Amino acid sequence: MGSNSSSMNNIPNAEQLVQETGFSAAHILRLYERFQFLDKDDTGQLRPEDFGAVRELAMNPIGDRIISAFFSPGQETLDFASFVRVLAHFRPADSNRTRDGAQPEPANSSMRKLKFAFQLYDQDRDGKISRAELLQVLRAMLGMQVTEEQLQSIAERAIQEADFDQDDAISFDEFRKSLEKVNIDHKMSIRFLS
Amino acid sequence: MGTSVLYEVKTERGVFCMLLLLYLCCSGGKCELQESQPAQTSNRPTVKPFNNEPQAFPEEERASLPVFTMDYPRIQVPFEFTLWILLASFAKIGFHIYHKITIWIPESCLLIVIGLIVGGIMHTVKEEPPTALSSNAFFLYMLPPIVLDSGYFMPTRPFFENCGTVLWYAVVGTLWNSIGIGLSLFAICQFEVFGLQDINLAENLLFAAIISAVDPVAALNVFEDMGVNEQIYIVIFGEGLFNDAVTVALYSMFSFLADMPVVESTDVFLGVARFFVVAFGGVFFGLVFGFVAAFTTRFTHNVRQIEPLFIFMYSYLAYLVAECFAISSVLAIITCAITMKYYVEENVSQRSCTTIRHVVKMLATVSETLIFFFLGVITVTVEHEWNWAYILFTLVFAFFWRIIGILVLTQIINPFRTIQFKYKDQFGLAYGGLRGAICFALAFTLPDSINRKDLFVTGSIAIIICTVFIQGISIRPIVEYMNIRKTNKDKQTINVEVHTRVMEHIICGVEDLCGQWSHYYWKDKFKKFNDRVLRRILVRDHRAESSIVSLYKKLELQNAIDLLDTPIGDLSAAPSIISLQDEKKEASRPKKKFMAAEVRNMHDILSKNMYKIRQKTMAYTNKYNLPDESRTREILIRRHASIRRTIRAGSFRDPPERNIPRSQKYYSLQPGGDLEAAFALRRRSHGSGSGDVDHLSAHVQFAGASARSSSRSVVPMRRLNTIEEIKNPAEQPAVSVHPPQRSNGEDALNKTGPGSLGGSSLRGRRGPVPAPRRSSSDWVEEDANDSEDTGERVDPPQLPPPRGWVPENQDPGENGAGNALIRQSPHRSMRF
Repeated sequence: MGSNSSSMNNIPNAEQLVQETGFSAAHILRLYERFQFLDKDDTGQLRPEDFGAVRELAMNPIGDRIISAFFSPGQETLDFASFVRVLAHFRPADSNRTRDGAQPEPANSSMRKLKFAFQLYDQDRDGKISRAELLQVLRAMLGMQVTEEQLQSIAERAIQEADFDQDDAISFDEFRKSLEKVNIDHKMSIRFLS
Repeated sequence: MGTSVLYEVKTERGVFCMLLLLYLCCSGGKCELQESQPAQTSNRPTVKPFNNEPQAFPEEERASLPVFTMDYPRIQVPFEFTLWILLASFAKIGFHIYHKITIWIPESCLLIVIGLIVGGIMHTVKEEPPTALSSNAFFLYMLPPIVLDSGYFMPTRPFFENCGTVLWYAVVGTLWNSIGIGLSLFAICQFEVFGLQDINLAENLLFAAIISAVDPVAALNVFEDMGVNEQIYIVIFGEGLFNDAVTVALYSMFSFLADMPVVESTDVFLGVARFFVVAFGGVFFGLVFGFVAAFTTRFTHNVRQIEPLFIFMYSYLAYLVAECFAISSVLAIITCAITMKYYVEENVSQRSCTTIRHVVKMLATVSETLIFFFLGVITVTVEHEWNWAYILFTLVFAFFWRIIGILVLTQIINPFRTIQFKYKDQFGLAYGGLRGAICFALAFTLPDSINRKDLFVTGSIAIIICTVFIQGISIRPIVEYMNIRKTNKDKQTINVEVHTRVMEHIICGVEDLCGQWSHYYWKDKFKKFNDRVLRRILVRDHRAESSIVSLYKKLELQNAIDLLDTPIGDLSAAPSIISLQDEKKEASRPKKKFMAAEVRNMHDILSKNMYKIRQKTMAYTNKYNLPDESRTREILIRRHASIRRTIRAGSFRDPPERNIPRSQKYYSLQPGGDLEAAFALRRRSHGSGSGDVDHLSAHVQFAGASARSSSRSVVPMRRLNTIEEIKNPAEQPAVSVHPPQRSNGEDALNKTGPGSLGGSSLRGRRGPVPAPRRSSSDWVEEDANDSEDTGERVDPPQLPPPRGWVPENQDPGENGAGNALIRQSPHRSMRF
């Protein structure tokens, strides 16, 4: 983290990223430092194994899924811009900015945040959380004491609760409805350090 | 407690054992009494000769060399002390044999009860109470271990996140309580009816300070069991820790004031100034000794046997030096423990680390057990001065000021908190304020110059017994009751519960990814400073791993060895097989209706078993047990198992064409170190004479490739991957996505049975084994935060791989030293 690297000039498309993601320049700078730190072999691209190197992430029960959420389909590596774009999902919603209908929805809207969470379940990206997918997440999240039967019935119940169109899966709309009462912005935001 | 299950089965026997032990305890007490009889009579012989038998001595002198002599007085003190400890420890064993007792009744209650029984026995035989508990003995030997324990096992991260609140409650709350109780008791003393006019203000304040020391062990145990609110937990923990410091400071101040014949107003100001000197002086000495201790352990790697000693000696030294200058020794030892813990645990070996933790726990448990035990004994044996009015008002005021204090202080602190305390939390805080060992010990060691000392002792015993028994026993049902109401009232759906937890994990994961501790600016700054400066000075090998990392390494190695031979022995494979079949069945089966009770049960399961967010759970400790890392361990085991499974599944699949050399990487591995590792593997297999080098390397490549793709949902193969991951270990040909490859794999597996070593399929399975070495070095790198280590890190081929890889010809003896997993620090042998 030498001082020569911490200049905005060294970051590709910094201005554009600030515009696009709403992060401040200081945020971008800090994230860039982190990006460089994660990027062990200085290629300017992160690979999943670079993420896996974060020790705390290894202890996260759904760490794998979080890592995979950073990589868009067909891509092996992640450049800084995409890294920041994904992280932009977790920026707290800004209250002062009014949204025009013309502008695309910003990444930190609660809809996009929800979408991010939804895609963590929906590993095959068919727009639905199937029973199997839900079970996988549950299995990862619950301790070893829970029996398979209990898991099954929890998944069954969860799907029943949310599934309005009786297709035995949770679509994104159903997902959103089931989380209506939760303050998504509160739950899915990080105060990024600058 | 793994044994608890066992005990549950043997309940009947447990009860029997307990009775037996109780008997033992009692008889232990008795036999000690008998043995201590000579001690008293032994003083008399000096008098005896004058009275009746002057020739007794000459006769004995003339006798030949004695074959059997006894010199009990010489060993009396340590002997009785040992017996006391043993008795108390037996009692503890007794409680835990039938573990349900300690769930419903706090251990401190049981200890007091045993103490009462023993005291009763001693009282009937007119035995003197133990003299061990003098003021000096308490402050120099019994208090330090208790405080060291709390300091050493304090959950650092949650503490610093709630630092302000904790200190607010501990300092201001304790001051509030002692001044409030002291003044109101002083007001009571003005009434002539009660006959208490001789107690002056300073003495009242002194007494109030003593009974403001909160000892929330029972509350903490309950909160931990119930998994309630981490915020409350840490606040109560920290409060209990720091108000000891405040109380001891106040105690020394007030007892000084109480001794003075006339108190002038300047003395009060000096007292306040002294309070600050006492507090900050303690912190200062703690920091100094903490850093010195950390620095010392940097050089202890050649003398592992005495490593733990430094920890104890330095913290004790901090305590003694602080005591010498009459500044807060409690604060000094706490600060010392907190400061050094982080660095020391990285410097010392895994084994020393375990030793330190065990010894700290052991010492603390012993002295606390003894104090509670003595409390019981003293309650019965000592003369009490019982004044209804004073003691009743003490109880009332203690409750009253505690509740008011919490309410008022929370109102003030709430606006500054991100997560505010609700009324329910405040009730938990107020009700968790039990009084404990420290309170009793302080009262008992009051100087004799205080004229109503007996009344104070009686008063504090009364308040301890009241709070420990009434609050301690009732807190669990009450908290449980409040909790049940909560779940019913909120009517949360299962979906909400699961999804919110998932989101919490996401946030936690992303924060880790961004390298943020959390959103506190100063903490982040400190972490950077720590990484850049402090760690370099204080930590020997500043890429050293934490205990959890070494646990992970250990696991990986163990798993690699164990599961190499048993393909179905996976932790997570078994449920997956069932689930796959069931999932298919269940998809077609008619919808089941769930009863309300079932749903409640589900909520229960979810709230008890869902993994907590790492940041909050990691450092939790139970006062009586060592910290439990089983959850993290579970996650690591599972993760490991699933990785291995994917690899095994993948090793029979077509290798993806792209970037073969890179594909050997494994996503938890350090890029850069892997090629050599693969070569090393190949070389080993050459050496071992099993010829299928190509086969092996091919498998290694496949393995790596598939593991990589599995960590990324976006790769088109993802879906197939997950299905394969489920079915493959069980060798279920049911829903095969790649029928041809599948059967190949089956063939390969069948050729060489699961138990045999060597052979192609086994080689394939060996692919994952190199994982730990690089993953570990990764984590270490992550910590070290500098890139210069990269140079020394990448030289694996020099060292032979562990036995698990090449079991046929590797000498088991050299396993430890040559272990590749511990390549980074060769002086550290692998510890299982």
